Amino acid sequence: MNYREGAPIKDTKAPEGPIEDRWEKRKFSARLVNPANKRKINVIVVGTGLAGGSAAATLGELGYKVKSFCYQDSPRRAHSIAAQGGINAAKNYRGDGDSIYRLFYDTVKGGDFRARESNVYRLAQVSVNIIDQAVAQGVPFAREYGGLLDTRSFGGAQVSRTFYARGQTGQQLLLGAYSALERQIAAGTVEMHTRHEMLELIISDGRARGVVVRDMVTGEVETHLADAVVLATGGYGNVFFLSTNAKGCNTTAIWRAHQKGAVFANPCYTQIHPTCIPVSGEYQSKLTLMSESLRNDGRVWVPLKGGDPRPVAEIPEDERDYYLERIYPAFGNLVPRDIASRAAKNVCDEGRGVGPGGLGVYLDFADAIKRLGRDAVEKKYGNLFEMYERITGEDPYTQPMRIYPAVHYTMGGLWVDYDLQSSVPGLFVIGEANFSDHGANRLGASALMQGLADGYFVLPTTIGDYLADAHTFDAIDDQQVAEAEIAVKNRIEKLLSVNGTRTADSFHRELGKLMWDYCGMERTEEGLRKALERIPELRAEFWRDVKVSGVNEELNQALERAGRVADFFDLAELMCLDALHRTESCGGHFRAESQDADGEALRDDEHFAYVAAWESTPDGPVLHKEDLEYEYVKMTQRSYK
Amino acid sequence: MNLTLKVWRQSGPDDDGRLVRYEIEDVSPDMSFLEMLDVLNEGLILAGDDPVAFDHDCREGICGMCSMMIDGVAHGPQKNTTTCQLHMRHYNDGDTIVIEPWRARPFPVVKDLVVDRSAFDRIIQAGGFISVPAGSAPDAHAMPVPKADADDAFDAATCIGCGACVAACPNGSASLFTAAKITHLGLLPQGQPERGSRARAMVEQMDEEGFGGCTNTGECTAVCPKGIPLDTIARMNADYLRASRKSG
Repeated sequence: MNYREGAPIKDTKAPEGPIEDRWEKRKFSARLVNPANKRKINVIVVGTGLAGGSAAATLGELGYKVKSFCYQDSPRRAHSIAAQGGINAAKNYRGDGDSIYRLFYDTVKGGDFRARESNVYRLAQVSVNIIDQAVAQGVPFAREYGGLLDTRSFGGAQVSRTFYARGQTGQQLLLGAYSALERQIAAGTVEMHTRHEMLELIISDGRARGVVVRDMVTGEVETHLADAVVLATGGYGNVFFLSTNAKGCNTTAIWRAHQKGAVFANPCYTQIHPTCIPVSGEYQSKLTLMSESLRNDGRVWVPLKGGDPRPVAEIPEDERDYYLERIYPAFGNLVPRDIASRAAKNVCDEGRGVGPGGLGVYLDFADAIKRLGRDAVEKKYGNLFEMYERITGEDPYTQPMRIYPAVHYTMGGLWVDYDLQSSVPGLFVIGEANFSDHGANRLGASALMQGLADGYFVLPTTIGDYLADAHTFDAIDDQQVAEAEIAVKNRIEKLLSVNGTRTADSFHRELGKLMWDYCGMERTEEGLRKALERIPELRAEFWRDVKVSGVNEELNQALERAGRVADFFDLAELMCLDALHRTESCGGHFRAESQDADGEALRDDEHFAYVAAWESTPDGPVLHKEDLEYEYVKMTQRSYK
Repeated sequence: MNLTLKVWRQSGPDDDGRLVRYEIEDVSPDMSFLEMLDVLNEGLILAGDDPVAFDHDCREGICGMCSMMIDGVAHGPQKNTTTCQLHMRHYNDGDTIVIEPWRARPFPVVKDLVVDRSAFDRIIQAGGFISVPAGSAPDAHAMPVPKADADDAFDAATCIGCGACVAACPNGSASLFTAAKITHLGLLPQGQPERGSRARAMVEQMDEEGFGGCTNTGECTAVCPKGIPLDTIARMNADYLRASRKSG
């Protein structure tokens, strides 16, 4: 797959001046919409996770006419709900040296210097408001005996800034946003469309003006028009088939937008979470994450010698390799996710992995139980231990857990400016669906923070500046609407008419395996080239041989899946191209060719300190570079030794 | 292991529906229940048949989407476990498993095992929230909350809205679902200003949707995957009564 380089992106619309004043400046310069006019302005929000749910609720509250869409049967079910660990905020309630600046610094460093300083600083600023908002909504965060909020420290951070609600922080925050959304639905400001999937973006006169959706119960293809469209459709980790994402998570909404002109930034930046339950067999449909808070007390190890057949209890201390503690004495088991993941892969590649297929390492709580007692461990991790036992049938109190890395989060996404507006005017992208804040690696407990920052605080301000001009927008071009609708219908018909011999899932599994092998934890030029050769072949086979049963005019889950898989092929290709062109290693993107003598990721700031923003054109992808400048945080090579 | 499945098939709300028998072979004990159904569906698709429609999403027991009556028990035999977290090691070779949708008048069947639970959303719309516009909140530490209250509120707030409580109740009551939200918000200081009006509005909406009343049989809490306790219903009734008396 060839690409050419286009014009660099010069303006991200971030205000000038001291970094701590920029968001204040933007808030003041953003034009306001007269309350009487807001009632006449329509906004579509696709997705009801933390970002989409909070955005739709807030826009409704502000007085806009909002239409909200989700593919689930209720907006309360989006996959934000599965986040376990917590949410970061620079409250410094502990007095342990935290500050907005430190959260900003940690995020830029953790992102391996591939995120925008202005955006990250704003995220850290807004983080404190999120906690206030959530508490006022009744989110039952963990508290101490004095009645104040409890916090804990979380992967990669040396301060205690993570607020949590047992192991269900995402659930509680999402239900908070959901209740705010339901309040607006009752008030009539938000019109909710559940079991609807967005299949096309409508552009008219160069602006995003609506979406084409499929009613997943009746199969009816519907058009909804608006003055602006907000995509909050999450990440694309399911391109790997096996990931910790929900089964329904997909790339279709952002991929359709990409094909309609929105540039896609850093598609290869994928986060592989180190503590997931290993694959147990061929039928595996998804992977389950265990909160990485487990690494606070669990010790990671493998037998010193490969193929050691002995049960754990018979392996003496001096024949165990606590490899994270050995290689990274300063951070030990608490090194950032990308480092912990790759270290696990390395020991398994050496043949020292444990469990089925040798794809697992031990996470051992024996010492913690000895030190703190079983009760204390149960109090802290009881629900996670139960979950582990339910899935594996093994008791982690008496034998170590087996864990293995799994795809968890995608830092890449549609490119957005400081206002969270994509390269298509009127198309805003928030939450995991955009690329903006985490660089090449996201810190633990920062996804919830970003989703809510975007939805409650950033977008509602910046979208107003765009909508202040809504009265000047041209009437929507009927032809564009009709073409978008026809494109959707044709595609559905095409999927149903192939009538081949393989299911969409079987293609998806094969694509996922290919991506995991060649565009997963470790990438090489040779592997990526192989993937780029194989993906188009596999896509051609799909369109020749896929079998989708049933008809469009019914609830048809086979059809839904096939449509999503079709888009994953195209995305996979762009991910591999992006990974191939970025010959450096950074954060979650590890190129085997770019490592130091110790096997650590080696960045190449001279050539790659930019955001790779890909435009889709009829002649193939065009790369636009947005140079990253670091005025505040000095670029250093990360070291966790 | 080899199993016999009897699965409820219903093409739409107007179809009568019936149990259809399927034989499934080589089921691994490490499979999840839904993975076993995935395997069944792959076979059905290839045979040109309609796969069994069922709701599912996160497959880690938290989104509340999966919803199956397994051998007459909501979410199946394992306590505190959603259908998606149930694994086949709890079954034996040769077993017959009957799989049906939630059955309750306010949850009409959409197709096969998929039902319409939008009534739950409407109960939340009636008052399951604290009214606080974005950006207007005071500092989070302005209002300390006793740890015990926060913990009890959390326990009630863990409800995943799956609807097992309704499916298990002989009256088709949504009391446990509604009470969980009323308890969660009613235990917190932030929830006090709207406590009475919330209880009234939510209970009335629950009735309007056609859910039955509570007669304290406790089937709901027995099948609840999150173990929401029955005493939340007593709290709901108390709040409702107090609010009704006040406003006459």
